[in-house]
Amino acid sequence: MAAERGIWIGKQLFRMMVLLGAVTVAVFALLSVSPIDPLTANVGQTALGSMSPEQVEKLREYWGTDQPALSRFLAWAGDFIRGDMGTSLLYRRPVKEIIWERFLNSVWLMGSAWVLSGVIGFGLGILAGRKQGGVADRLVTGYCMLIASTPAFWIAMILLLIFAVHLQWLPIGLAVPIGVAAEQVTAADRISHMVLPAAALSLTGISNIAMHTRQKMAEVMESDYVLFARARGETERSIIWRHGIRNVALPALTLQFASISEIFGGSVLVEQVFSYPGLGQTAVTAGLGSDVPLLMGVTVITAAIVFGGNAVANILYGLVDPRMKNRRKKS
Amino acid sequence: MIHRNRREMMVLLAAVSLILLAAVTIAGANVYGDAMVTDFSRKNLPPCLEYPFGTDFMGRDMFVRTIAGLSVSIRLGLVTAAFSAVIAFFMGMAAAVLGKTADGLVSGLIDLMMGIPHILLLILISFACGKGFWGVVIGISMTHWTSLARLIRGEVLQLRESNYMKIAARLGHGKLRTAMVHMTPHLLPQFITGLVLLFPHAILHEASITFLGFGLSPEEPAIGVILSESMKYLVTGEWWLAVFPGVLLVGVVLLFHILGQGVLLILDPERAHE
Amino acid sequence: MGEYLLEVKGLSVSFCQYEKGWKRSRIQVIRELTVSVRTGEMVAVVGASGSGKSLLAHGIMGVLPYNASVSGEIRYQGEILTEKKIRQLRGKEIVLVPQSVSYLDPLMKVGKQVENGKKGRTGQCREALGRYGLGPETEQLYPFQLSGGMTRRVLISTAVIEKPKLVIADEPTPGLHLEAARRVLGHFREMADEGAGVLLITHDLELALQTADRVVVLYGGMTVEEADREAFQQEETLFHPYSRALYRAMPEHGFSFVPGSQPYVKEMPEGCPYQTRCREVKESCRKFVPLRKTERGSVRCVLWGGEESR
Repeated sequence: MAAERGIWIGKQLFRMMVLLGAVTVAVFALLSVSPIDPLTANVGQTALGSMSPEQVEKLREYWGTDQPALSRFLAWAGDFIRGDMGTSLLYRRPVKEIIWERFLNSVWLMGSAWVLSGVIGFGLGILAGRKQGGVADRLVTGYCMLIASTPAFWIAMILLLIFAVHLQWLPIGLAVPIGVAAEQVTAADRISHMVLPAAALSLTGISNIAMHTRQKMAEVMESDYVLFARARGETERSIIWRHGIRNVALPALTLQFASISEIFGGSVLVEQVFSYPGLGQTAVTAGLGSDVPLLMGVTVITAAIVFGGNAVANILYGLVDPRMKNRRKKS
Repeated sequence: MIHRNRREMMVLLAAVSLILLAAVTIAGANVYGDAMVTDFSRKNLPPCLEYPFGTDFMGRDMFVRTIAGLSVSIRLGLVTAAFSAVIAFFMGMAAAVLGKTADGLVSGLIDLMMGIPHILLLILISFACGKGFWGVVIGISMTHWTSLARLIRGEVLQLRESNYMKIAARLGHGKLRTAMVHMTPHLLPQFITGLVLLFPHAILHEASITFLGFGLSPEEPAIGVILSESMKYLVTGEWWLAVFPGVLLVGVVLLFHILGQGVLLILDPERAHE
Repeated sequence: MGEYLLEVKGLSVSFCQYEKGWKRSRIQVIRELTVSVRTGEMVAVVGASGSGKSLLAHGIMGVLPYNASVSGEIRYQGEILTEKKIRQLRGKEIVLVPQSVSYLDPLMKVGKQVENGKKGRTGQCREALGRYGLGPETEQLYPFQLSGGMTRRVLISTAVIEKPKLVIADEPTPGLHLEAARRVLGHFREMADEGAGVLLITHDLELALQTADRVVVLYGGMTVEEADREAFQQEETLFHPYSRALYRAMPEHGFSFVPGSQPYVKEMPEGCPYQTRCREVKESCRKFVPLRKTERGSVRCVLWGGEESR
């Protein structure tokens, strides 16, 4: 039993690694076919001048067209495995360092938005799906439809306009106050800078999980077993707790793990509005500045996080749902 | 007033949405030139009767600019959604008809695309295309086909089980040809519904990618450009530059959603459960 | 025989439904359904699939979907069974035994489901399951791990644990082989013998005749005949052409079938629903036909001119 489970988990992880490898190849290919030459694009920014000749040589190797794409990719991949992701053309620092620093900023922002939108969305979905067509359902569905029609960056702008510019309750942007030494930045500072971006991300993230939970909950409420529960004298409240949440929680959690990609997509836009130095903003900066090594690094790390989330979702489902034990055996 | 049931109301609303959207698109195309007229005697005006959305730092009429920008966005959305739907159609068909390898390849491709956040993928494709107009068109066309392709694949697999398909196959027609000739009429409702449901996503993503600076050039009066420019003026108090164009963009996308629900109801009533 | 425990008179159930996009229409699934059950009695309601049998059970339990509307009269112990009343009684005095595993929560262990969330019933639960030969290990299983026969016994356990006065069994036998089906019906017979009223809803006349005291024949959602078990021993004691056709269709009576099929709910004719297949159809069949008393029950047929049943 345990060995079987181990093999199954191993298979899931293997699949994830294969996909990640494929993404790396695809992204490298996309960046290679670009007519924009990263080296020429950055010459004016004295990027090249400040690098050592070896670094420049290496860049030529990766992104220059003098060699076939395959060998260029292999060179990059070899370095990547050894923990070297190259040097950023814009920042003239190792890509690894920049990504780590930005990741630390992003992880709190996205993490809190992920948890908030998950919890609130789940609650709203239960409320809406409990009685389809009811007042709560109409309100929640209406909200979700409105949010689905609103670009994340505009929500961020409106929040900024109201709470930072007009009411001046919260700072306008960045992750820390300007002109304060790193050691003197307090946790309160960091949190106050994070509130608005996190709120914008959560507001947009809610709609997906809420609509999905609503759908599942409505299915449960129309199921035979809920009908039977009613016929056995269970109250609506007991039905929601005993049967509703039990049957909806797992699919919702799975979806939430699978939706890391969307939270990340939203963070690209929201971080841009708030000039929040996270991974998303880094991707935009790297793209605009033709900083290919940095863009490549950010994409691969992001894909790893997203695939990791998907794998967790699959594994969670397989381990927790009793019905999956059988299905695992069959497959 | 005749009492109408909920579904009739939805179809009616969809028809109204269609008319409104057509009006914005046509009006926007006609005022395209006016949207770029600068007049420094009227710059940074707050909303008033003459300029309901105010004017910007170059004295451009924001109402005209917004309508023109929405029109650009809608037309771009229509074109990219259509491209995307065509890709979805062929991918779905290929996955369903051309055997296991093709099926595996298509689903692998979908998995791959799901691994990179949409916006990031758009940035990458835009970069690969050298940024600008074609970057957006190609990017959005190439990234929105996945869910519709899955739907079409499922539908085709179901249809293939029906008898007349098997007979056609026995008569020696090629797999793909048979599928095209015999299945297309059955797939049409699904296809059109899927296409309409793609519009809002296409428009939102175009606005987002342009907002980030990867899409349409800053000279175009695109909605993403307008909102991106307004960012600089948020802090200085020119709130109207961000609020009105944004509200109208949300309105347009909402209308597309309503239109989509209506089309779904007419063409594919079984999926449109309450 | 004592007073009626359950009386259903002229029950109609209809649904409001969307068809083809946005047109709304009303379909009538059950009409003029009449059935009654005494204490200690087992009554079978027999009808082909599509005759709205399950809705009878759901209607009595008050669990019809929101788009259903109900008319007619349901009495329990002589009093009208209002919505408020059934809410108090269901799951206690009145219990439903549903038809399949889909009525069990797929993610809850069997033991917890039999106990129905009430604390301190572990003993009763074990006893109920034990009564049907299911050991304590069954309590730890999930519904998907149960076999067809076990599922049926678990579902019956959910009923007996409540010590009910009225049991409504909705199609408890499909999917079971003959021996298991007989055993399941035997369990219901047992409950009736212990003093409960049992309403058995089934499509299988033969099985019903082996255990039930009385049989109600349903056609097109309407009661066409009601008679005691003995009446079904020969064709002459049955009065409705459909009941007779059912009799002749039984294997030991020649297996003969009447051509045609039950009309679809939307195409149900006025008057007797059997008129489209009946060989003795008359003009008066096209209008409402009242239920009339016979020697051994009642019948709804113009060929029988007896006194009108209450």
